[in-house]
Amino acid sequence: MSSLGSVAASTARASGPPEPLGRAGRRLTPYLLLLPGLAWLAVFFAIPILALASTSVQTRVPGAEVGVYAQTFRWANYPDALREYSAQFGRAFEYAALATVLALLIGYPLAYAIAFKAGRWKNLLLVLVIAPFFTSFILRTIAWRQVLADSGPVVRALRAVHLLGPTHSLTATNIAVVAGLTYNFLPFMTLPLYASLERVDPRLVEAAGDLYANGFTGFRRVTLPLSMPGVVAGTLLTFIPAAGDYVNAALLGNPSTAMVGNVIDSRFFRVVDYPTAAALSFMLMAAIFILVTLYIRRSGTEELV
Amino acid sequence: MTAPAVARVPAGRRAVRWLSEHLIVIYAVLAFAYLFVPIAYTVAFSFNNAGKSNLVWRGFTVDNWRNPCGAPDVCGALVTSLKVGLLATVLSTVLGTMIAFALARHRFRGRAVTNLLIFLPMATPEVVLGASLLTMFLNLKINPGFATIVVAHVMFCISFVVVTVKARVASLDPRLEQAAMDLYADEWQAFRRITLPLAAPGIFAAALLAFALSFDDFIITNFNSGNVNTFPKFVYVSAARGIPPQANVIGTAMFLVALLVVVAGQVLARARRRG
Repeated sequence: MSSLGSVAASTARASGPPEPLGRAGRRLTPYLLLLPGLAWLAVFFAIPILALASTSVQTRVPGAEVGVYAQTFRWANYPDALREYSAQFGRAFEYAALATVLALLIGYPLAYAIAFKAGRWKNLLLVLVIAPFFTSFILRTIAWRQVLADSGPVVRALRAVHLLGPTHSLTATNIAVVAGLTYNFLPFMTLPLYASLERVDPRLVEAAGDLYANGFTGFRRVTLPLSMPGVVAGTLLTFIPAAGDYVNAALLGNPSTAMVGNVIDSRFFRVVDYPTAAALSFMLMAAIFILVTLYIRRSGTEELV
Repeated sequence: MTAPAVARVPAGRRAVRWLSEHLIVIYAVLAFAYLFVPIAYTVAFSFNNAGKSNLVWRGFTVDNWRNPCGAPDVCGALVTSLKVGLLATVLSTVLGTMIAFALARHRFRGRAVTNLLIFLPMATPEVVLGASLLTMFLNLKINPGFATIVVAHVMFCISFVVVTVKARVASLDPRLEQAAMDLYADEWQAFRRITLPLAAPGIFAAALLAFALSFDDFIITNFNSGNVNTFPKFVYVSAARGIPPQANVIGTAMFLVALLVVVAGQVLARARRRG
């Protein structure tokens, strides 16, 4: 499991200080090692982001073909886009936040059980946590559509106990979208949680018990604080992709559950309205960065990469 | 009525205690059930005698497994995904490993900028990565297709490779390399004979991760693929009119192959530790 453990660990563990081998003639080596990869990221990540920034303040050329835009530095594109799609924007963050909390509630006990209760089954269970990754993400989301369909087991059970009226469904609802988001990003939550829980020394919890802490106090005062890096990494790894996702909303929701990702997608491909799509993308990115920064500040874990 | 109730109390209390002791295990079992419900559906529906639409169970058949390429385009999309995955894995593993070594083993100016450039792509939502890359391609009048998919996949895989390999290299004892150099190995020999073999499990894990990320990516691919179909894109597009059961066959087969690779890796690692 060491290989997979290291994947999980690396998401949770902060980078230590570099190990200097310090020899005078080696000054050029790091730059040669960095150059190709960083050049790739500069050309295919940084420059495209700038291109997107430029597009976000363009306007349509009057009389030209659909999809032709000129640079006019129209900053009003941003408030315009926000006003028009504030509902989808809010929904993206609401659904992502809900899915993150749910994934934490499911993933923490799961990671805890694997770390402390699984014994020699630990490695097998970790494989099972990442096993969903091995079937296509889209196929699994579509499988949820079958599970939650009117003829599926969940709806029939809920209708049988009258939790769901005979005319109510689960597919094409916000419940299905949040359930899908929670499901799809649960392994991203569980792995870093496991990585940090696994490193908690059980002797510390025993020591708390020796000092007359009961099980719950021992958990609250010892285990939980020590696992905070995993909680932070897990919530970020869940929240960020969930806020930008549009697959779950497209496959499990309906037009009134559309998230900002769905709008960006349809502005790009169906309406060919690149500036609005670009402005929305930027606001999504900015909102996520601000939330992430605030969150990391508050939780006091600044070293993430 | 009262007598049996009194007799039942200790049993009830025992049940409560048993529950509270095993609560977390029960919870974990339920969580695993949640994780595996859609997988069970995917596997089951690969045996569905589906006809046109694979949404409702219509009876058991192995025909889909006998003829996995029976549905139009499904194998073409799979082959594209495998090709993209292999190319993206090789390129991103090489580029990412180089960066990881620089970060873990060297001192240089610009570390903060490097870390930022590694971190940002992981913190940017996929829809933004996809939209921005397509914007650049459109500006440059480049038609999206196979090459642009590979370019995009390498871009988002590099960061994950760097993080994975760096974690492994940082856990190695640098004194081993110093010892090799004390024994007159030059820098390159020390790297090739000592550091690289020790870092290999991390590099292998990173390559697996890169392949998995590439093979399963939909959002960024959808933006930058033009009319080329990858497997996830094929499934997404056909979702509207019903996914052929052959897609479930391929999904199930990939699941089994990946599980086999992981379990084989586990067994090998354990054997090596014992031997």
